[in-house]
Amino acid sequence: MTGTVPLTGRPALARFVKMRFDKARDRQVLLGPETVVTLNPTGADILGLCDGTRSVADIVDELGRRYDRVVDDEVTQFLAQLVARRWIAIEEDTGA
Amino acid sequence: MPETTVDGPLGLLAELTHACPLSCSYCSNPLELTKRSAELATADWHRVLDEAADLGVLQSHFSGGEPLLRRDLVELVGHASSLGMYTNLVTSAIGLSRPRAQALRDAGLDHVQVSIQADEPVLSDRLAGISSFDKKIEAARLVKELGWPLTLNVVLHRQNIDRVEAILGWVEELGADRVELANTQYYGWALANRSALLPSREQLENAEKVTRAFRERLRDRTDVIYVIPDYYSRYPKPCMGGWGDRQLVIGPEGNAWPCLSAHELPLPKANVREHPLDWIWRSSPMFTAFRGTDWMPDPCRSCERREVDLGGCRCQAFQLTGDMTRTDPVCVLSPDRHLIDEAVAAANDPATADPAEQVGPVPVGSGPVGLGMPELAVRPHRAD
Repeated sequence: MTGTVPLTGRPALARFVKMRFDKARDRQVLLGPETVVTLNPTGADILGLCDGTRSVADIVDELGRRYDRVVDDEVTQFLAQLVARRWIAIEEDTGA
Repeated sequence: MPETTVDGPLGLLAELTHACPLSCSYCSNPLELTKRSAELATADWHRVLDEAADLGVLQSHFSGGEPLLRRDLVELVGHASSLGMYTNLVTSAIGLSRPRAQALRDAGLDHVQVSIQADEPVLSDRLAGISSFDKKIEAARLVKELGWPLTLNVVLHRQNIDRVEAILGWVEELGADRVELANTQYYGWALANRSALLPSREQLENAEKVTRAFRERLRDRTDVIYVIPDYYSRYPKPCMGGWGDRQLVIGPEGNAWPCLSAHELPLPKANVREHPLDWIWRSSPMFTAFRGTDWMPDPCRSCERREVDLGGCRCQAFQLTGDMTRTDPVCVLSPDRHLIDEAVAAANDPATADPAEQVGPVPVGSGPVGLGMPELAVRPHRAD
């Protein structure tokens, strides 16, 4: 499961995972059962776009515009790690 | 350590009450349970949660005893949730009726951990001291039905560790998202009952083999957390990830501790009725006593592992040697390691009774429990 994620898939946070701003430490965090994951700004940006409607390709495009550079490997690798932990669920298009 | 460098805690374990319908012989509560009449009031817990959030707490774990025995549980969960905390209920599941569960769901509860004592009612109920197995299974199904992530908590010991495969069968059948297989840690009640609880090496090796296979087979569905029995380790556990580093515990009467066994230690109490949580965390003797590595004696002080295991567990050092500043006796480098070796030798003595012959809690003074077994110290359901 630590491989790649499909560019057509639409990622969203698993229902039991929450993302919030940690004011005391000035950073975004992911909260799940018995776990706190601290996010760097790029990770937080990626997850902020994982709303279940955007595809991975859409997210790559959007971040490419924001950062003015190619980010596709960064995005897919980051998401693949979270998919492996079941913190991100990816809905795949089946109508294609 | 200068106060300004101390980061806030990530998690708060709120032990709302010591009252419990179960009477497990390895209970982590103090030997001297807090009376219900001495428990913090709802308003106190509100304030504590507010102060905890300000301090940086991101997760609150509502535990006990049995937290469902607190009538204000739903309200407290709701308050923690409104502060943005990830809320976790640690329960025997006795009292988790459908309406109560629904109310907790509506209050924002994020995660439920249900304790399981064994794989079937006879042993489970004997270990819990009350008819409870079927209710637990039913409640675990309800947790999944209501859409919560489900963790099953299993304390492993001599009397149930041979059933780990069947216990994991329940984990699979119930669709648990996580399982915590925690070998008993020997403090308080568990230390008093150690000879009846400490498994043999053969039992452990078998359980670890079964657990590894299960983890591999269900790696896409279930997180398997296996807490090792430190008596069989060469080095001690880095208790709580460091003293006063990530977690704090608040007991029913408002005493704050760096871990849930620290009530045993001869340190001045720090109570939320008397002090702000910020001061307790950053400056109280209770929380600063063993923070960092400056307090360490030899062999820890000069050891290359001092930042790895942090001197081990202060409570274990105190309980076994009477000196809370000594190296954890579990460490093979500790001059007190013989205390552990003797207990392990007894647990592996062929003359020790077959674990299957042993039974769970019975009232103290009612006579020997099983062939050749010591009497168990029985945790009462409540203090008053």
